[in-house]
Amino acid sequence: MKKKYILSFNQDSVNKPVTYDLIKNFDIKINIIKANISADEAGHLLVEMEADQENMEKCFQYLDENRVEYVPAENRIIFDQEKCVDCGSCTAVCFAEALTLDPETRELQFHPEKCVFCKLCTKACPLGLFEIRFNE
Amino acid sequence: MPQKTIDEINAKIKSGKSVVLTAEEVSKMGREKSAQEIASQVDVVTTATFGPMCSSGIFMNFGHADPPIRMQEVTLNNVEAYAGLAAVDVYLGATQTDPDNPKYGGAHVIQELIEGKSVHLKAKSTGTDCYPGTSVDTQITKDSINELYMYNPRNAYQNYPVATNTTNRHIYTYMGSLLPNLNNATYSTSGELSPLLNDPEMETIGIGTKIFLGGTTGFVSWQGTQFHTTKPKNEFGIPLENAATLALIGNLKDMSSEFIQAAYFEQYGVSIFIGLGIPIPILNEDIAKAVMIRNEQIETTICDYGTTGHPAIGRTNYKELQTGSIKIDGKKVRTAPMSSIPKARKIAASLKEWIEEGEFTLSEPVQAFPKGTSLKSLNSQGDK
Ligand code: SF4
Ligand code: SF4
Repeated sequence: MKKKYILSFNQDSVNKPVTYDLIKNFDIKINIIKANISADEAGHLLVEMEADQENMEKCFQYLDENRVEYVPAENRIIFDQEKCVDCGSCTAVCFAEALTLDPETRELQFHPEKCVFCKLCTKACPLGLFEIRFNE
Repeated sequence: MPQKTIDEINAKIKSGKSVVLTAEEVSKMGREKSAQEIASQVDVVTTATFGPMCSSGIFMNFGHADPPIRMQEVTLNNVEAYAGLAAVDVYLGATQTDPDNPKYGGAHVIQELIEGKSVHLKAKSTGTDCYPGTSVDTQITKDSINELYMYNPRNAYQNYPVATNTTNRHIYTYMGSLLPNLNNATYSTSGELSPLLNDPEMETIGIGTKIFLGGTTGFVSWQGTQFHTTKPKNEFGIPLENAATLALIGNLKDMSSEFIQAAYFEQYGVSIFIGLGIPIPILNEDIAKAVMIRNEQIETTICDYGTTGHPAIGRTNYKELQTGSIKIDGKKVRTAPMSSIPKARKIAASLKEWIEEGEFTLSEPVQAFPKGTSLKSLNSQGDK
């Protein structure tokens, strides 16, 4: 299985070599997409993790033990699609192609699994339909 | 050459026998049939667009209070309306903003009124002998006031340039978010569905033309502001930049927020999406030819919005734009629209249905638009 997560570190866990441990101990294929450490030294990582079920479970157990919070990245995306008028403005800035227009219907297609949390759509949508939370 | 009159078409509409196609359907049909065949087989073609149109607003008459007031300073949900008219008449512009919330403005008030919501009206006056009242602080809805009609000085632009940005700064414009270094380009108009691109010489559209506006019947009241009919045209008669425009009027009380939508463009301000549709009677072969226009034949100019004066840096067409990328200086540039094709399709289809069912007949323009117009510019510093 392959999925994006946002990992949140507190002041203690931020200094641990977490990604190294995950790769070495549980054979997780990990791709770091975005990283941020804020002034209070809490840290956030957007990662894509790929592993078999068993290793994935061990990985989550390790994260729990080390007080690293993890949430599926999609849970941090709020898109009020009901109100969308299919103007397409947001597709101008979404280079991850999470937002595209169907070539036939010209309706907006949203693929949250492709989102890289650049947040450009939050300002590009004239109806303000996106809320994308990475480190807040 | 087959010739029809509007009266003949209306007789067919009333008997439920009219043949109506949307502008997309007729463009497709034009691949197999000649203009002559289309002119004899089709009565009406419906065109439509749904895009942000800043030059929009509403006139309202609130009715008189007791004691009566000659309103001088008026706000609706803290958005200022222009009160320099008779006592209780105002005009609220779509882009006027709430000083305490730059993302909220006239467009939002307009949408809330359409949706039947209650809006906070505040008015002040110095008081006169005949209008002694000095303040009003109350709630209104579309049903509690007298007239409430939309009057948009400039809608339905005939073509519009593509906006891009060659500079190294990310800029925010009324054409959306333009990334640095030619990383994207945005375009407006609904291409082959767009009203004034289907009748570029405005032979059937003029003052008094009955249209679809915001979900109800509206009218063309005048040529729009910045009406320009002498822009360079391509071999298909399409102006290559923003050219003609329309001033539109319609009853806001009958509109639907499905076709009127408030918007906020980052670092630019409030605007409003307007949905409108215009029926084109197919009176002869020339008009048939005009409505057969296809996206690949509708060209437009690419302009650099990052540079003062928005210089032209290329040319493209709507078929290319709708593929999602165009080439500028050999570079592949992502494209995105600003106006909604699904909404425009819905409007063209609704108008088609109204006509087919005999509910909507066509009107002959009362007066044609002026020809040979161009624009003056403003000397911002005056004569020194
Ligand atoms: S934040 Fe928005 S623009 Fe950026 S990748 Fe995600 S969906 Fe696309
Ligand atoms: S910019 Fe907003 S309204 Fe327009 S298509 Fe994207 S999500 Fe929908």
